Amino acid sequence: MTQNGHDIEREIVQTLTARLPAGVQVSADTRIVQGLGLDSVAILDFIMDLEERFDISIPLDRIAEVQTVAELSRTIETLMGTRR
Amino acid sequence: MMSLTAKFADLRARIDALAGIGRNPFDVRFEKVLSPTVALLDGRPILLLGTNNYLGLTFDAACVAESVRALQELGTGTTGSRIANGTYSDHALLERRIAEFYGKRSAMVFTTGYQANLGLISTLAGRDDHLLIDADSHASIYDASRLSAAEVIRFRHNDPEDLASRLRRLQGQPGDRIVVTEGIYSMLGDTAPLREIVAVKREMGACLIVDEAHSLGILGEHGRGLCEAAGVEDDVDFIVGTFSKSLGAIGGFAISDLEGVELLRLVCRPYMFTASLPPAVIASVTASLARISTDKSLGARVLAHARKLYFGLVHAGFEVGPEPSPIVAVKMPDKETAVLFWNRLVDEGLYVNLALPPATPRSLCLIRSSVSSAHTEEQIERAVSIMTAIGYELRILHRRAIATALATP
Repeated sequence: MTQNGHDIEREIVQTLTARLPAGVQVSADTRIVQGLGLDSVAILDFIMDLEERFDISIPLDRIAEVQTVAELSRTIETLMGTRR
Repeated sequence: MMSLTAKFADLRARIDALAGIGRNPFDVRFEKVLSPTVALLDGRPILLLGTNNYLGLTFDAACVAESVRALQELGTGTTGSRIANGTYSDHALLERRIAEFYGKRSAMVFTTGYQANLGLISTLAGRDDHLLIDADSHASIYDASRLSAAEVIRFRHNDPEDLASRLRRLQGQPGDRIVVTEGIYSMLGDTAPLREIVAVKREMGACLIVDEAHSLGILGEHGRGLCEAAGVEDDVDFIVGTFSKSLGAIGGFAISDLEGVELLRLVCRPYMFTASLPPAVIASVTASLARISTDKSLGARVLAHARKLYFGLVHAGFEVGPEPSPIVAVKMPDKETAVLFWNRLVDEGLYVNLALPPATPRSLCLIRSSVSSAHTEEQIERAVSIMTAIGYELRILHRRAIATALATP
């Protein structure tokens, strides 16, 4: 993984942790939808925080494909590469 | 095949937990609806304060008479699609009347408001296009996004700056940009900053669709909605609306001034592959549209009731939506309190909507009410006093009063 990828992953973990009850552990393998008990609206709000942080838009179909923190990190890295 | 429904087990558990508190809020059955504001529930009259019946036209004598006439003359249903046998001259007439009401070239009538959004948005936004929707959009707009071949991006609710930066990032990419917003948002009753959104749309070159489902007949001098009230009708490319709220029936429509939109009738699948509205519905909607075109008192009255309810609840100490509107939402501290509060209101003869996540923005738990011009002032006052009494009983108001006192140095 690139250095950039590590930074993105760390940012995702921090943003996600801030939205969860204290003590819930999040790692690269955490499944965002099934693993954390967040409803669909809460997940989209979390995605919007990340979009703002990285100055990108993540299209809804790309969000639907993502399961884990690591996958989300790769999606963000790709989108940042194509600058959108 | 138990496994097929196993995926809903979690939902089952949540519904069962709600049932432990009282009635099932998603399975209310009125024995009889007596008027736009009163129904019978469990044998008792209940005040209706959550039916979206903004102008109270469901029992309007002229609308009912027209509907009965059409039913007797033209039968119970069209049994066919608009592009086959389902277009009667009355369907075409209603479309002309809607276009005239808005002063636009064309109008298309759909069988529901849901299908109007589903059809218009998914058909306009094709492959390589970019669809930008407000994050708090109605489910029909989200579902249209899923049906569309376009790339779908959400912008922050009512945030023209965020919309502008997302459009800016798309610069250089091919395809049309289609922005979707609503006049009044259905959960909190807040309105879109349309002038600012229009400014962004003009600057960045996008098409704008505004859903006026909750604002038709209510906002604007002639009742044409937020686009009229904000003075931006010439800059809005499509307005979508519904017959099921202020017009008191069911159905949806889309209007536009753009050249070539008539062709949508032959490519828009949610328009083509469903039966058209029954003549009785077309007739009552034609009558109710004529009524709101000539009678401005209904819209004025619903807004007066809206302010009375909103400020009555603010004065009582409730936390409500950001601005007075015919939709007045009270924020509850948590899901259990919301369910209990809703049950107690029904016990006391007041029907409102219970709105829980994920159907609400920002995971809010809401007691959502909507007022009608058919309400009396006394009914609005009664609603405020019932909600206030139960607010104290459940210590929502008490708790807020203490919190405010503690926060004050």
